[in-house]
Amino acid sequence: MRRCLFFSAIFLILLTLPFLVSHYVVGIFILIFYYAYLGQCWNVLTGYTGYISLGHGIFLGIGAYTTAYLFLSFGITPWLGMLIGGLIAAAVGLFMGFLGFRFGLRGIYFVLLTIAFAELGRIITLHIKALGSFTGLFIPFKPSFLNFQFRGNIPYYYIAFALMIFSLALVRIIERSRLGRYFIAIREDEDAAEALGVHSFRYKMISLAISGFLTALGGAFYTNYIYYIHPNTVFGIIPSIEIILRPIVGGMGTLFGPVVGSFVLTPLAEFSRTYFAKGGYEGLHLIIYGFLMILVVLFLPQGIISYIEKPLKSLLNGDHRVRRSEAEDASFGDKRPS
Amino acid sequence: MSLHLAIKFGISGLLTGGVYSLIAIGLSLIFGVMGVINFAHGQMMVWGMYIAYWLFVLLGIEPYFSLLVSAGALFAMGFVVQKLVVNRILDYPEAMQVLPLIGLGLILENSALLFWGPDHRSPQMSLSLSTIWLGDVMLDVPRIIAFVIALLIAFLLFLFLKKTDTGKAIRAAADNRLGARLVGIKVDHINNISFAIGAASVGAAGALMLPLIPLCPHLGHDFTLTAFVIVILGGLGSITGAMVGGLILGVAESLGTLFIPPSMKQVVSFTIMVVIMLLKPQGLFGGKR
Amino acid sequence: MPLLEIKGLHKYFGGLRAVCDVSLCIEEGEVLALIGPNGAGKTTIFNVVTGFLPADAGEVIFGREDVLGLRPHEICAKGIARTFQIVRPFLAMSVLDNVTVAALLRNKSINQAQKKAEEVLEFLGLSEKAHLPASALTLPDRKRLELARALATDPRILLLDEVMAGLTPLEIDHFVELLRIVNQRGITIFLIEHVMRGVMALSQRVAVLNYGRKIAEGSPEEVTTNREVIEAYLGEEFLSA
Repeated sequence: MRRCLFFSAIFLILLTLPFLVSHYVVGIFILIFYYAYLGQCWNVLTGYTGYISLGHGIFLGIGAYTTAYLFLSFGITPWLGMLIGGLIAAAVGLFMGFLGFRFGLRGIYFVLLTIAFAELGRIITLHIKALGSFTGLFIPFKPSFLNFQFRGNIPYYYIAFALMIFSLALVRIIERSRLGRYFIAIREDEDAAEALGVHSFRYKMISLAISGFLTALGGAFYTNYIYYIHPNTVFGIIPSIEIILRPIVGGMGTLFGPVVGSFVLTPLAEFSRTYFAKGGYEGLHLIIYGFLMILVVLFLPQGIISYIEKPLKSLLNGDHRVRRSEAEDASFGDKRPS
Repeated sequence: MSLHLAIKFGISGLLTGGVYSLIAIGLSLIFGVMGVINFAHGQMMVWGMYIAYWLFVLLGIEPYFSLLVSAGALFAMGFVVQKLVVNRILDYPEAMQVLPLIGLGLILENSALLFWGPDHRSPQMSLSLSTIWLGDVMLDVPRIIAFVIALLIAFLLFLFLKKTDTGKAIRAAADNRLGARLVGIKVDHINNISFAIGAASVGAAGALMLPLIPLCPHLGHDFTLTAFVIVILGGLGSITGAMVGGLILGVAESLGTLFIPPSMKQVVSFTIMVVIMLLKPQGLFGGKR
Repeated sequence: MPLLEIKGLHKYFGGLRAVCDVSLCIEEGEVLALIGPNGAGKTTIFNVVTGFLPADAGEVIFGREDVLGLRPHEICAKGIARTFQIVRPFLAMSVLDNVTVAALLRNKSINQAQKKAEEVLEFLGLSEKAHLPASALTLPDRKRLELARALATDPRILLLDEVMAGLTPLEIDHFVELLRIVNQRGITIFLIEHVMRGVMALSQRVAVLNYGRKIAEGSPEEVTTNREVIEAYLGEEFLSA
């Protein structure tokens, strides 16, 4: 039960953190949780079914813009707005999935389809006046719970933390369920899965819908935390890359991959963004991302988790109850490049 | 909106399409030989543009000559990238190969941003403003020259692949990597050369593109996407397809601007790409799937 | 009424006639082997029957239903299970999970599916390895896993594609025994096989394919002494022998 202790300890620390550190650090943690959450949403599709999406920006953008628009034009509370955004995102995801899966797009073709959607979303939104067009949308600051706006960043910290925990729990449940096993089977060998009765089309659609819906919720959070959205910051390929980078670095198709990846990458990114941007070195963090993408795929294709998993496990399981951890290894379903 | 306008835009698009073709040929070659999709293709082109730009601004060399330098520099870059990165990911699943090249694209695009800033640059060159008349349609001379040179380079590439030993080795490796190895072709070397040639062609295309559109670092990602659309349209791995696809896309984009604002022209290209992927994924000229 | 009936099946790949006017009947409970030189079209027939390839002409009737053109998962749901010539385990999953995925077809809850999977693994002698990742298995074990998965879907007919390739004679005999028991439990077996030892020991009837056409059908003894069959496999020089 060392495990329980370990996780509980971390949980407690994170729970009390905002009262122990500075405002700035809390802000960093909010982003860590936010990206861990988004990465987990992406993981549901890509890590588990193996269909790589480079266009999750479409869902993020839909969530962000739906919430913003409904709030600004109709005063609808973002708590409701985000559910609507989520449903729209799921619908768009199903449409995209329909096009992709029905027509048998796999591998690179599927990736291109997702990019097309994300970019189309970005370009089209840039031209819609009602959605702020090239200027973007500003959310006026009227803090209240109903408006999903809070003074200071501590409430946001707990919301983001809750989102992250929620996504972890959800993925854990999926992993252990029929859905999860089907997803992984599809990832490992879609044809073999089909031959065993797995309706791969249906399950891929389910995966995409869940992934899209959840990502959109993240978009809604973003809107109400940053108070400003622009098609380039939520739609398009750059935000999509931000989403995928953490799970890739941390470990795709694993439960804690996106979390570990976010804890490692987000502080790095934020640091370089604030430090270097001031000196006018705008794109530096993107250059760092670029190098990371190359280095991780070349040298660490299974992500950081694959390196710390075994040592961490033996640490947590106490001595050498090896057999059980091998089973755990197997059922975490590590993604292996084949 | 008259027929006259449509013809002007159509021809202008066709001419630009020539350069697009050259861009796409590079991408198609890389895919054909290695099965890798170069997600940094557009960004490489932009570097070719910047090289030509600085040679012009600092030394007054016209891009039609400096294209050799652009091509040369990118040849070297391509060679190095292939050797260090792409070579190691050749056997990875397609979708995983995408990631390091996207990373490369990010590096190239943002280092250009870092060095030279986000502003658009449109150098005035000797021929920039000259036009000629074709019947009663007015055409830009730089565009015509770009078209001619692009086609010339494409033709030379075609000859190279068909007639020279190295060219044949490349085609052999593209067709059957293992078989090529078995007959003694140094496939690793061929891979390096192919990627380098692909990069060089897009570098040359960059130089040709310089007089035609304002230069800025973000063109990189636009052109990568454009190159994909062309290559999907023409068929991944097919050189002829890249040529034809480039011309078609040039015309389609150009005519498209008659109906929609230019900032939305990517909508046209993406829609074409999606439609082709759904209906005829091998593209117009088949090729590997 | 035969359990599986293939009528006048044609499959072309461009100009290549992979399968040309092939008709076969498999009765419930029997074991039919499909043999023939490499490239004769045997796996193509399997791929058409299991929904991985469309046919250009012909019918495939299972029970009373026309199943030609259905998707692979639907075919499996109807009761036709298959294995692949080159085994395709879910490498990142444990052996148990591999079979559980298959068992989930007929068992709604994970627990039930796992129980079923455990039973099947027990039958195939893989219980001890249940918690190993599939990637850790040797080839004969992977073949057993492949069979286990197919069995876990509770099929009425099992389509086995060269399950015995690459096995030692002892392993072959073991497999034959397993398959015999499977057959005794009422599962019809349709197998593609090159390993004659297995074919002779297991099948009641044999059909022979050459260049996409069926050239012989009958008991194992009849078929192996058939002139055309010998010629197809070994060439004319062996005919006099």
